[in-house]
Amino acid sequence: MIERRQVIPGDVIAKGNYRYGSYIEKRGEEYVALRVGLAEVGRDGIKLNPLTGPYLPRADDEVIGKVVDVNGFGWVVDINSCFDGFLPASFVFGREFSPSTHDLSSKFKVGDIIGTRIESFERSRDPQLSIRGQGYGKIDSGEIVKISPTKVPRLIGKRGAIINLISERTGAEVKVGQNGVVVVSGTPEGITKAVKAIRTVEEEAHAADLTTKVEGVLGGE
Amino acid sequence: MAKGETKLIDEKGNRRDGRKWDQLRPIKLQVGLVKNADGSAYIEWGKNKIMAAVYGPKEVHPKHQVLADRALLRCRYHMAPFSVDERKNPAPSRREIEISKVMREALEPAVVVGDYPRTAIEVWVEVLQSDGGSRVAGITAASLALADAGINMRDLVVGCSCGMINGQVVADLDDTEDKEGDGDMPVAILPNLGLVSLLQVDGVYSREKFQKAFELAIQKGKEVYGMQREALNARFFGGEAKVTQVEEVAE
Repeated sequence: MIERRQVIPGDVIAKGNYRYGSYIEKRGEEYVALRVGLAEVGRDGIKLNPLTGPYLPRADDEVIGKVVDVNGFGWVVDINSCFDGFLPASFVFGREFSPSTHDLSSKFKVGDIIGTRIESFERSRDPQLSIRGQGYGKIDSGEIVKISPTKVPRLIGKRGAIINLISERTGAEVKVGQNGVVVVSGTPEGITKAVKAIRTVEEEAHAADLTTKVEGVLGGE
Repeated sequence: MAKGETKLIDEKGNRRDGRKWDQLRPIKLQVGLVKNADGSAYIEWGKNKIMAAVYGPKEVHPKHQVLADRALLRCRYHMAPFSVDERKNPAPSRREIEISKVMREALEPAVVVGDYPRTAIEVWVEVLQSDGGSRVAGITAASLALADAGINMRDLVVGCSCGMINGQVVADLDDTEDKEGDGDMPVAILPNLGLVSLLQVDGVYSREKFQKAFELAIQKGKEVYGMQREALNARFFGGEAKVTQVEEVAE
């Protein structure tokens, strides 16, 4: 059994000895919530899922960002956070990169939307991005929808249940960044329907029967 | 009539608005009204009407103000020109600059500034209509706005003022009692941590009266904290916060 508790900052979630995740502070014997959210006390530890808040980068997060600046060594990317991401040119062109022979603007221009992964992030420096791996790089078409970053796990659903449902029913491709940026591409009707479904997820994120609600919006097929 | 001579409390112990010595004015709190802000709250405390909005964490400008290890907390307390009887010049006055500073210092112990290095968190408190005790009302609303913005907080911050009228300690002075009375004592506390983050006093108190006023302010502050909790729970959980037992699901 898990105990699920609705908490606000300063609330004691549990007493005793547990493993605990982010947004929780240990004060002596007590575990205190730092955010408004749903706390789960289980056998293997305490977790707090916040209901509101900004996106803070974490290593290995997949994010979608917009190129805001190009300099001699790489691209500055707005990743919908208080920190700008930096994509070094050497990660894109390889080790033989030199500012004199490679033209950075030929790869990504200011204003381009790119799917990237956070390579590393520590407190003292801005997050480093990378496009190594499958499915990263420039996103050419689609509609951008921004949702609250705290609701991204709900939009994806258990093992991608909700996101798969949306793309199956609308024929649209839905790319979700952990930073709350979503790109929907497909037919105009498909996009409209998918965006509506995404908005529903955002508004009804707290609902227990979210899948049924999304199915309602998408209509039967 | 000179200060301290107006009759503010009668023989039966009733104040001008009919309150007893230890009664608060009616308080209404609402969270999340400003759509463009990251977090916001609105408070009506007696005749006070105050809006608080939080923006951030965001990049710091100008760059030289950046703090390498924590967030820069910026606070602005401002009174609208129409918030008082006689039009107030909208430029920040000496008093507003001071209140902005003490407000920042009252909120900072609650905000986990270390979690947001090199960023700025901005708190804007706008007084739309003013009565006595607007700084504590502003702090109460601002801490709700910070929680609404989803910024890590060790505790909420709640304020309450006490003071003296006609030589008697009373809770929650309104505008007239503040101006005609013998002294005002705004106090802000972090109720769960048991900390005091703001204590200002004017007037002359005996040791006993100071003690009584200070303890009353803390006691009344905890009362306001209950309303703060209610407002936040209403915004996010649609009423009372619940504890439920759910089956463990294998991932």
